[in-house]
Amino acid sequence: MGELTTAVHDPDSADSADSADEVVFDLAVMSTRHVNAALRALPAGARAQVVNPAGRHNLAVGLSRAIRVRIAGPAGYYVGGLGAAADVDVDGPAGWGVGENLMSGTVRVRGAASQSAAASAHGGLVVVEGDASLRAGISLKGGRLAVAGDVGRYCAFLAQAGTILVGGDAGEALGDSLYEAVIYVAGRVRGLGTDARVEDLTDADVAAVRALAADAGFDHVDPQNVTRVASARSLYHFDTAQHAAY
Amino acid sequence: MSRYEMMSRYEMMSRYEMMSRYEMMSRDDAIDGSPVHHTFGPPVIAGIRERAELGRYPIRGWGARRAVPDFDDLLLLTASASRYPLEGYRERCDTRTVLGARRAARPVVLDIPITIAGMSFGSLSANAKEALGRAASQVGTSTTTGDGGMTPEERSASRTLVYQCLPSRYGFNPVDLRAADAVEIVLGQGAKPGGGGMLLGQKVGARVAGMRTLPEGVDQRSASRHPDWTGPDDLKIKIEEIREATDWQVPVYVKIGATRVDHDVRLAVAAGADVVVVDGMQGGTGATQDAFIEHTGIPTLAAVRLAADALADLGLTGDVGLIISGGVRTGADVAKALALGADAVSLGVAPLIALGCNAPTYRLPAAGEPAGAGAGIEVDVSAEYTALGTAPGHCTHCHTGACPVGITTQDDALAARLDPALGARRVANYLRALAMETTMLARACGKSDVHRLEPEDLVALTVEAAAMARVPLAGTDWIPGR
Ligand SMILES: Cc1cc2nc3c(=O)[nH]c(=O)nc-3n(C[C@H](O)[C@H](O)[C@H](O)COP(=O)(O)O)c2cc1C
Ligand code: SF4
Repeated sequence: MGELTTAVHDPDSADSADSADEVVFDLAVMSTRHVNAALRALPAGARAQVVNPAGRHNLAVGLSRAIRVRIAGPAGYYVGGLGAAADVDVDGPAGWGVGENLMSGTVRVRGAASQSAAASAHGGLVVVEGDASLRAGISLKGGRLAVAGDVGRYCAFLAQAGTILVGGDAGEALGDSLYEAVIYVAGRVRGLGTDARVEDLTDADVAAVRALAADAGFDHVDPQNVTRVASARSLYHFDTAQHAAY
Repeated sequence: MSRYEMMSRYEMMSRYEMMSRYEMMSRDDAIDGSPVHHTFGPPVIAGIRERAELGRYPIRGWGARRAVPDFDDLLLLTASASRYPLEGYRERCDTRTVLGARRAARPVVLDIPITIAGMSFGSLSANAKEALGRAASQVGTSTTTGDGGMTPEERSASRTLVYQCLPSRYGFNPVDLRAADAVEIVLGQGAKPGGGGMLLGQKVGARVAGMRTLPEGVDQRSASRHPDWTGPDDLKIKIEEIREATDWQVPVYVKIGATRVDHDVRLAVAAGADVVVVDGMQGGTGATQDAFIEHTGIPTLAAVRLAADALADLGLTGDVGLIISGGVRTGADVAKALALGADAVSLGVAPLIALGCNAPTYRLPAAGEPAGAGAGIEVDVSAEYTALGTAPGHCTHCHTGACPVGITTQDDALAARLDPALGARRVANYLRALAMETTMLARACGKSDVHRLEPEDLVALTVEAAAMARVPLAGTDWIPGR
């Protein structure tokens, strides 16, 4: 760690960074705001490391260039949130809303993630190498979420589009009020939410799971052996018999 | 026509609800000498029958129909011997309004304290959104996106555009976020505090569905809670995230539906809001359950005073902005809201009416004629209101998507009835007139800046309004509860 702190980068000259070198920002001496501004100023292709994160919130949010950021320790809420194009790697657990509203790029958590992982993500990939808590993939809008371990209750609540892969078990109320997002569970499903149902696995599903597991780096998931959960679509309309009355 | 004579069948229902039994018993329309039933009057019977036949509850647009204490129950004490007035039309009366200067590098600076509220593209047509944006720009004020994201037409038409972050997060993305002049985190709306958005399938056409990532034609019922935070402590972190993503450039507003206003304003401020938007129970909607609209929240009149007092108690008057909405119609309403402590007001239904909502006709420029240059073409659409089961002047059918004047629709043919340039002109005229009424009243109160209007400039006509607004009952020095 000592050599990293001596290499602390001057954020004011961040845009002059040579993309081959890794720049290091130390949260023990810099504010979150300063670090985020410096990360946003990095040119595409740059690599950065953020040390001493100590669970701080809102790290590496709002990135829009293809840079690689390693957070060397636990992160708080919304790490990598509202991002596009960047790859953010958290070397530890993450708080609520990891990768929330992600548009593209990757956010990887090398530990457990708290509630609402990948909430409303429109694109990109969020990988949780440990377990994910409640409402993982809530209101997902096209992004992909891969959780190596278990997910808590209400995973994929109101999820509209995108794919979720659960390498372990899924908690109760899985897929409650789902729209068009699809969930694959390698382990046990404790219970389905309202309007969610188990469907047959097709070849396309197997291919999607294989690709997602590969992108996530999961080797413990057998793509042929997952449960597909999708929407029964019975909540899409008010009581259809009376629909015209509205 | 009196206020009550103008009421529709549904409004009569509210009125029946509010009348005393004795009033009812003396009504002329009592048949065979038997009085109209108070608890189960004709509109109540009709409502029960409708639910029994269709197994559904009513959904509609606009805000509460019932009469609640409102700005009409207040009067301004303009100048005389003890105060002297400013010359109307001559002496300067400032309307400039700055919001969010506390933390944002680029605060919102408006020429008038009258803004356009968030109304979604989806509930409104793209033409309507564009017209509102153009009008707001013409008079130097802001307009607001809504539950469904930002359209390019709206962004380019609006000088100052507030971008809503709603529980649904439909269409929410960092590019539009950074293109916004302020961000409004919506916790609730006055029409449905605690309820989520609603857009019936008729209005979820290809473009709306695409922007919201929803299947076309789905009866969209959006979330009432944000997906990635719950309590006020979380909200603080969420606001910081938005600030980080926008590089601390623009103000962050928090919008609440008026219920526990004192607590909610304090919590919004503690979470870091630069501006608190408080929407009273009369606040409009594009589609909400009638039970929500009529039976939840508190009147705007009560809300504005509670919110202003909470900010004053925190010592943050002027530092944290206060925007009030819900039933604001006239310059008198604006002046009274400002006097009670609002920094600005926000309007939903009224600018829609200015656009042509509830008019028996729609108007388009004649071929080759620029908007507003001539009389244009006028087409009568009364029959279409009739087909919806309503009439011009009574319509609240925004939820159907069959708006006869092309405002709340996603049908291309209907939407073409609203010319954005012509609509913008009308809304801009309306906003200008409101601003002039406001300054006229402020000058008469001796104020050279509309923001200097104060509670001391007001009295109440009714005990209820006096208690809610905490100003004396007219002719007395009595403020109930004081
Ligand atoms: C057609 C329509 C659509 C609306 N859509 C939204 C919305 O998307 N988000 C929101 O926060 N409020 C929405 N509102 C509420 C307005 O922002 C505002 O709070 C309300 O209209 C103010 O009351 P007023 O209509 O009496 O002026 C909508 C209102 C109307 C009339
Ligand atoms: S005229 Fe159109 S905008 Fe006005 S209430 Fe009727 S449907 Fe709504």
